[in-house]
Amino acid sequence: MHIVVCMKQVPDSAQIRVHPVTNTIMRQGVPTIINPYDLFALEEAMRLRDRFGGEVTVLTMGPPMAEDSLRKALTFGADRAVLLTDRFFAGSDTLATSYALAGALAKIGEEFGKPSIVFTGKQTIDGDTAQVGPGIAKRLRLNQLTYVARIAELDLAAEEITVERRAEGGVQVLSTRLPVLVTMLEGTNEMRRGTLEDAFRAARTQVVTWSAADAGITDLTKCGLRGSPTIVKKVFAPSARAEKAHQIPTADLSFEALAEAVMGEIFARQPAIEGDLMRFSSGQ
Amino acid sequence: MAEAPKQAPAAAGRAATKKELPEHFKAYKHVWVVVECEHGVVHPVSFELLGEGRKLADKRGAELAGVVMGNDRAAIAAAAAAAFEYGADLVYTIADPALAHYRNEAFTKGLTDLVNTYKPEILLLGATTLGRDLAGSVATTLLTGLTADCTELAIDEEGSLAATRPTFGGSLLCTIMTLNYRPQMATVRPRVLAMPERQPGRSGRIVEHPLDLAEDDIVTKVLRFVADRDSNQAQLAYADIVVAGGLGLRSAENFQLVKSLAEVLGAEYGGSRPLVQKGWIAADRQIGQTGKTIRPKLYIAAGISGAIQHRVGVEGADMIVAINTDPNAQIFDFAHVGIVADAIKLLPALTEAFRKHLSVNRLAG
Repeated sequence: MHIVVCMKQVPDSAQIRVHPVTNTIMRQGVPTIINPYDLFALEEAMRLRDRFGGEVTVLTMGPPMAEDSLRKALTFGADRAVLLTDRFFAGSDTLATSYALAGALAKIGEEFGKPSIVFTGKQTIDGDTAQVGPGIAKRLRLNQLTYVARIAELDLAAEEITVERRAEGGVQVLSTRLPVLVTMLEGTNEMRRGTLEDAFRAARTQVVTWSAADAGITDLTKCGLRGSPTIVKKVFAPSARAEKAHQIPTADLSFEALAEAVMGEIFARQPAIEGDLMRFSSGQ
Repeated sequence: MAEAPKQAPAAAGRAATKKELPEHFKAYKHVWVVVECEHGVVHPVSFELLGEGRKLADKRGAELAGVVMGNDRAAIAAAAAAAFEYGADLVYTIADPALAHYRNEAFTKGLTDLVNTYKPEILLLGATTLGRDLAGSVATTLLTGLTADCTELAIDEEGSLAATRPTFGGSLLCTIMTLNYRPQMATVRPRVLAMPERQPGRSGRIVEHPLDLAEDDIVTKVLRFVADRDSNQAQLAYADIVVAGGLGLRSAENFQLVKSLAEVLGAEYGGSRPLVQKGWIAADRQIGQTGKTIRPKLYIAAGISGAIQHRVGVEGADMIVAINTDPNAQIFDFAHVGIVADAIKLLPALTEAFRKHLSVNRLAG
């Protein structure tokens, strides 16, 4: 069985700083990581491979330096890595991204065997859209399983898969036919520590690097900025509230007295809350 | 590669940043909201979207339509009636056994057909697991733009939808537009928009549409649905009072102080992202950009520094009370009331103060 995991290299959001004057992201010196949500997808893919046999290919689209993420994935235990990189992809929105990734996935199918499962993370931590997975599924006509909490059954002979999908207010148990696109929910597994053997293998493994042309993507009007129906009109920092918080003086007050002052302030500002609390309290 | 047929290409040129709407898109009018109705219950986010959709439609001189898909005709009628009372002029309905439970294939077909037949200018969905699953598929099928998790929707001077959303974990906001494709699609998370006033007795017209999809042609089957026993997910987002803790609590054990205060107040509790990462609280209790957005009447934040990613999730609260030992903590920039104190000491005192106050007044009453 061939499984492909789509990943994204993202800036470590905890360390993002915004330039105070220009309102642009200061990327310099911000470390990049594999989108954390994608690790759940990668681990799940490797577990299936370990159980059913086959190969895991990781795929990413990005600048040449995105190879770092692929190398990392190889050290975790992925078998093959494909980097899709081309200046024509710059400025892609989610529609253009799914076009390019779908093209690369089709090429991967031709070169290395058709994938039975394509995984992505639930969403990325920089864009947070959760749109690229469904986009790929639609373009490649893969059955779409998003927010998957658990893969309950996989029957390769019958080409069937059963999963538990996180829905509003409950869990849907869905069964469908391969090939599928699965977006994996966070917290569903824990990434393994790669073995020493994996590290050596990763060091020897050549990352397959494709341009748009290499991947057989010829319609460049559908790529990058040109292929993106959305445009970013404006980027700005959230405005500060005009007033800062009203500070309740704490000097020389016991915590009991301070608590009384806080409660008084709450009731003074939101009188309705006191009534609500009374009703709640009497109902107990 | 299997790609949906596309109509004439939109305005050529790099990033068509100017509005040059192709002729065939000019027939696209009106504002639509997908009314999410699962297990006979309309998701509140749909009403929030109708409230906002009403404003957008009025600005465009257009009609506001709801879209209800399902199987149970009584539930569909009830959802449509509610949609009218929350501002819809008309509701498109598709009733079919294949729509009994949410499935991507059937819902994508239904919504895509409706769009191609009745041509909305703006299409809004809730950023729920259903809405996000559906919106991504429909936008790709229609080859149009989709903006996720918007916090503000507006119409610009040229009449286009200006959808503002946080990006890079909330450090920045960006306004995104789909100038030359239709419909302009956006999702909005629950509780980001205010709940509009319900207008009892308000009515509108219903347009029924067929699904034209046989069950045998749908590959994916719903084997069963297991409802959450503790569906605190919705309760947190819609709670009137929320108490939350951050790293200032210093240990997982101290989080109990947050729970105790929440209990006395009949409140829901939650926490900032680091607490989830440390495993002190479950992921569905996370408040902020990557967790839940809340809009309570009262929000008490204990030991939370107030990073922007947290701020965007709580800004809609009527009143924010922040407790933090650091007088320069960012949370004091957007809280209404601040107390520079150690939450570990103040929380139990607050719990006691409220408990006493409530019991005294109950006895008096």
